[in-house]
Amino acid sequence: MTLLIEESASSTQEKAHKVRGKVRLREHLMGWLFVGPFGIVFLALLIAPLGYALYLSLWQKKLIGGTSFVFLGNYVKAFTDPTFLSGVWFVVRFSLVAIPLQILIALAMALIVDAVTSLFTRFSRLMIFLPYAIPTVIGAVMWGFLYSKSFGPLTDFFGLFGAPAPDFFSKNLIFYGLINVVTWQWAGYYMIILYAALQGIDPSLYEAARMDGAGKWQIALRIKIPLIAPALLLILVFSLIGTLQFFNEPQILRYLAAGTIAPGFTPNMYAYQQAFGLANFNYGSAISFALGGVVFVCVYAFLFFTRKRRSFF
Amino acid sequence: MTGSAGARRRPQRHLPLQIFLGFLVVYFLVPFWWVIVNSSKDAPGLFGGSNTLWFADQVDYFGNLQRLFTYDGGIYGRWILNSTLYAFAGGIGATILAVMAGYGFAKYRFAGRRFSFSVLLGALMVPATALVIPTFMMFSGLGLTNTIWAVILPSLLNPFGVYLMHVYARDAVPDEILDAAKVDGAGELRTFLQVAFPLMRPAVVTVLLLSAVASWNNYFLPLAMLSDNRLFPVTVGLGLWQGIASANNSGSTSLWSLIILGALVSVIPLVIAFFTLQRHWRGGLSVGGLR
Repeated sequence: MTLLIEESASSTQEKAHKVRGKVRLREHLMGWLFVGPFGIVFLALLIAPLGYALYLSLWQKKLIGGTSFVFLGNYVKAFTDPTFLSGVWFVVRFSLVAIPLQILIALAMALIVDAVTSLFTRFSRLMIFLPYAIPTVIGAVMWGFLYSKSFGPLTDFFGLFGAPAPDFFSKNLIFYGLINVVTWQWAGYYMIILYAALQGIDPSLYEAARMDGAGKWQIALRIKIPLIAPALLLILVFSLIGTLQFFNEPQILRYLAAGTIAPGFTPNMYAYQQAFGLANFNYGSAISFALGGVVFVCVYAFLFFTRKRRSFF
Repeated sequence: MTGSAGARRRPQRHLPLQIFLGFLVVYFLVPFWWVIVNSSKDAPGLFGGSNTLWFADQVDYFGNLQRLFTYDGGIYGRWILNSTLYAFAGGIGATILAVMAGYGFAKYRFAGRRFSFSVLLGALMVPATALVIPTFMMFSGLGLTNTIWAVILPSLLNPFGVYLMHVYARDAVPDEILDAAKVDGAGELRTFLQVAFPLMRPAVVTVLLLSAVASWNNYFLPLAMLSDNRLFPVTVGLGLWQGIASANNSGSTSLWSLIILGALVSVIPLVIAFFTLQRHWRGGLSVGGLR
């Protein structure tokens, strides 16, 4: 009798095990069914092009002798190419000024629209966000008009003070002209992200801080900003990735700022010119890949220095 | 908006802050104002007019619109339609893939999940433009360059959307509800479509909007992929016009007023989309930042 019971118990256990095995298999299968379609696109349009770019970048096409394997030759060439290096130096310098500026403005605006609730701040929030809905190309076109000597308002505006209008297309000022376009384009978007994060903070924290005698500035600096640090980090990383790939705005303003913005102004423009202007796809791929490497190093260096890797992912 | 109940109880004025904000609003609106005003002018008004921030004597939106949509056989209308097609096809496709993958990563413990997710996170760092040249080479081998697929297919890839959907599905869709639905006899697919999907809606709208905007705004990819100007999206088209107009400044003064109005018309659809959908996307945007 006991034997029988034991036997049946073990058989049910076995059955349960089998069922669980089926469930596990089903879990694997369903998981891959859901992830699979994206996985295919990911392999076909990200992994494959990256691999192909790496492959292309190891070869060199010569007028005489055809295509030959040069291993890292293109990279040696890129990192000793003054045009590429000056492009990299430009985007790094640009990032160091543009990103802190954008984020400071975005943070200030987010703190204001979070702390002050009025019809006007609600209206401002939408208006400041508006440029994000504008394609970067169109934004650059619009600012190109405003900078223009023939129909921009700068001549009139500075004429009021009897001063000559600054020429944002000149070699000295193009840096600031571009900083302005980028700030206008992105500060509102960052503001909305920071604002959403601020709205997620439990208001009872402010109440507690107020009881402890904290003023509004202290609440902003000691409670709000530390609590939205993950959102700040997120936008810092994304703006860094975006700014190092700078292409659209200088490419568009190039037509207006003839002579100031050379085809190799930023690394991406240089890669575009090499690949599509000069049909030098091998060197273009190498530049793209080298730029990708620069982005990787910059982002990881940044994450390392902030030591907040955990809170991002 | 929901968290401001405390502030609403005691309305706070903060006049200096509001004035500061007012200056910023003016700064952010100046380019729009310039474009709205100047798209009403004809070429002499544009170049000869003294006041660049105010209307000229004659306001001729209708005539300019007519010129815009008939210039070069109505190519501008085609560009707008192309942009719309690329934004919808790319946006909807990318969103479907991202929702499924995000849900899969969040709710199934399948073999290789950890590894593929960390590959995905690494891919967030890959500069999108680094892919343009090799993708062009691959597509040109397949004969896909200079077709609509050359623009639509690459915009299906949205790793950030997957990341966003993963975070949202993990936090907003409780396992208990999914288990309950399965106990009640709903299959995996039905559970996903009828139970999980409605709970993920704010993030879905956000991802849809972000990917549609990314396709609409895209410039580098279509610039590289397309050579037939009848396939151009409006960004590449206006860039082309601007190049032409700057190249021969004297001969193409009429083109400038078309570019200005073209810029204005091209931003209207997105502005409307953002304003009408803001209730939906604002909830979803906080997801990526708040952890």
